[in-house]
Amino acid sequence: MKIKVFKGLLLMMMVSAMLMTVSCQKKQMEVAPEPPVAQIEEAPVTETAPPVVTTGEDDAVRREREEARRMFISEDIHFAFDDSSLSSTAQEVLQRKASWMRDNPDDAVVVEGHCDERGTTEYNIALGDRRAQSAKAFLVDLGIASSRLSTVSYGEEMPVDPRHTEDAYAKNRRAHFTIK
Amino acid sequence: MMNRWLPTVNGMDWKRVFLERRSLVRMSKDLGRKRMPGLLRCFLLFVVWGLLVASSSDAGYEYIDITNPYIKKIPVAVPRFQNINRDESGETIARDAAKLLEDTLDFTGYFKVIDHGAFLEYPHETGISAEKLHFRNWTGIGAELLVTGGVQIQDGDLLLELRLFDTFKSKLMIGKRYRSKPTDQRRIIRKFCAEVVKLLTGREGLFDSKIVFISNGTGAKEVFICDFDGYDPRQLTNSKRISLSPALSPDGDHLAYTDYARGKPDLYIKNLRNNKTWVVDQQGVNITPSWVPGTFTLAATLSFSGDQEIYLLTGAGKMIKRLTRNWGIDVSPSFSPDGRQMAFVSKRAGTPQIFIQDLQTDQVRRLTFEGQYNTSPAWSPRGDKIAYASSKDGRFNIYVIGIDGSNPKALTLQTGDNESPTWSPDGSLIAFSSSREGVERIYVMTVFGTDQRRLLALPGAQTQPKWSTKIDNN
Repeated sequence: MKIKVFKGLLLMMMVSAMLMTVSCQKKQMEVAPEPPVAQIEEAPVTETAPPVVTTGEDDAVRREREEARRMFISEDIHFAFDDSSLSSTAQEVLQRKASWMRDNPDDAVVVEGHCDERGTTEYNIALGDRRAQSAKAFLVDLGIASSRLSTVSYGEEMPVDPRHTEDAYAKNRRAHFTIK
Repeated sequence: MMNRWLPTVNGMDWKRVFLERRSLVRMSKDLGRKRMPGLLRCFLLFVVWGLLVASSSDAGYEYIDITNPYIKKIPVAVPRFQNINRDESGETIARDAAKLLEDTLDFTGYFKVIDHGAFLEYPHETGISAEKLHFRNWTGIGAELLVTGGVQIQDGDLLLELRLFDTFKSKLMIGKRYRSKPTDQRRIIRKFCAEVVKLLTGREGLFDSKIVFISNGTGAKEVFICDFDGYDPRQLTNSKRISLSPALSPDGDHLAYTDYARGKPDLYIKNLRNNKTWVVDQQGVNITPSWVPGTFTLAATLSFSGDQEIYLLTGAGKMIKRLTRNWGIDVSPSFSPDGRQMAFVSKRAGTPQIFIQDLQTDQVRRLTFEGQYNTSPAWSPRGDKIAYASSKDGRFNIYVIGIDGSNPKALTLQTGDNESPTWSPDGSLIAFSSSREGVERIYVMTVFGTDQRRLLALPGAQTQPKWSTKIDNN
């Protein structure tokens, strides 16, 4: 419960942080519309002073990087009932995870294994462990150092969708990725 | 502290009684063994011997045969206790203690409590000893057993006299006088009920037992403990995260459980007397602890090797050896009473099923074949059966199966999800969790699935009950 609240807060903070950066960028663009572009064309020689455009590029890159990071965290892989094998969809997602991890070699990742509420609490912790481990093993096979990957199983303890429907169960049978 | 009456042998027709109610042979034997001076004992043993010779075909029915699901409950009357000094302080106890005794007997599932509206005499007015009672008034309303009690407060102490009568024989079977603090009323009642049940069934251990379980009313899943009848629930852990799978050690002093206090499922073994705690926090999961009966060792599933295997550990969490060797999930060990065999859940056959491993030979056999999802094995204290949870059509129910795999039988049906069975230490009851009333709570039933009732209700949901195996003689 606490973890959930904490995670929620974290998410809210991240979202609001992102919103703030977006709104800052907008303001900058409004204040400085045309002149800077002209400035660069006029002074291409000075490598040391192309301030405005480079920051513009940085913003775009940063935005892209934030987006990739957000995608990395938000995109879960899903499993069939009582199963820890990786579907082709899951494997595609994991390919993307691997490429993100190659682009961000300093980041370590926690793979969380989760189950739906059906089934036995104890067995589900073991099943969640297998799900997390099979995702990790796939990433290691793709060349990610296993030292950058740790796993934790939450069994059925932290559903992403608390409803008791097939739809909710399918969402809850997942491996979730967080950046350490 | 305790003063015992001697049973009065009043020249009953023993043979007639024996033929009518065969379990009485056992009662007299018990009396002969434990509560009689030599001469009387000789006499009774002689009588018993004579009866056994006289009708040896009945010799198998020594105790109430609680393995028989069609057993008739014994009708018992527990009228209000007598307030001997007729003072105010005694009055409430006289009423409450009788009700508590009635409820406690009722809880065991052996008795049918007779409605007070049917009573023809009132021992709290007319007297509680044999010479004051008219047993026909009790046999007339169908009571085979009668419990009377007398209450006195003396120098701040509670004096409680309790008597169990066989009404058809007009005979005192148990007579006890207890002296204690008034706050110990419940303990006294339980002590007496324990004697009654032991006399009738030969079984003991229920009334001193505890149940540990998980409750999330605080906003986190924590371990709680309560008495066998749900009384006095208390919180044992306070990690404010997720605690699971509690199990009390055979000596009752240590609690093993899984806790996410450090962000992942680790195994904790906590001394409840001094709070000293050992942690098994290997990489991966450290889950599903189960104590080996009569020892300070336990088994648990660890996955540091990359595979979920069951290991044997010391009570301090040191590894002794690996028990299972199979790629795939192995969890939820439960030991036979002699500690020589282990039931557990394995996915080695493709779906979660229960297997039994002989710990001497390491031979493994599959126990459950019906259904696609059989988990949570609990070996019975008598050793002959295993209770487990089985899922069919998305619904969980409690089953019991012979240890040879014979006769799997559902004890719960069509009443929400029923999971996590656990046997009372005397083998007469099974506690389990159920969502039959919406939120999950802990329920109790007899081992035949009868008398299903809620054990307790705390804020939030209660799950994963585990009965203590402790048999405390004090």
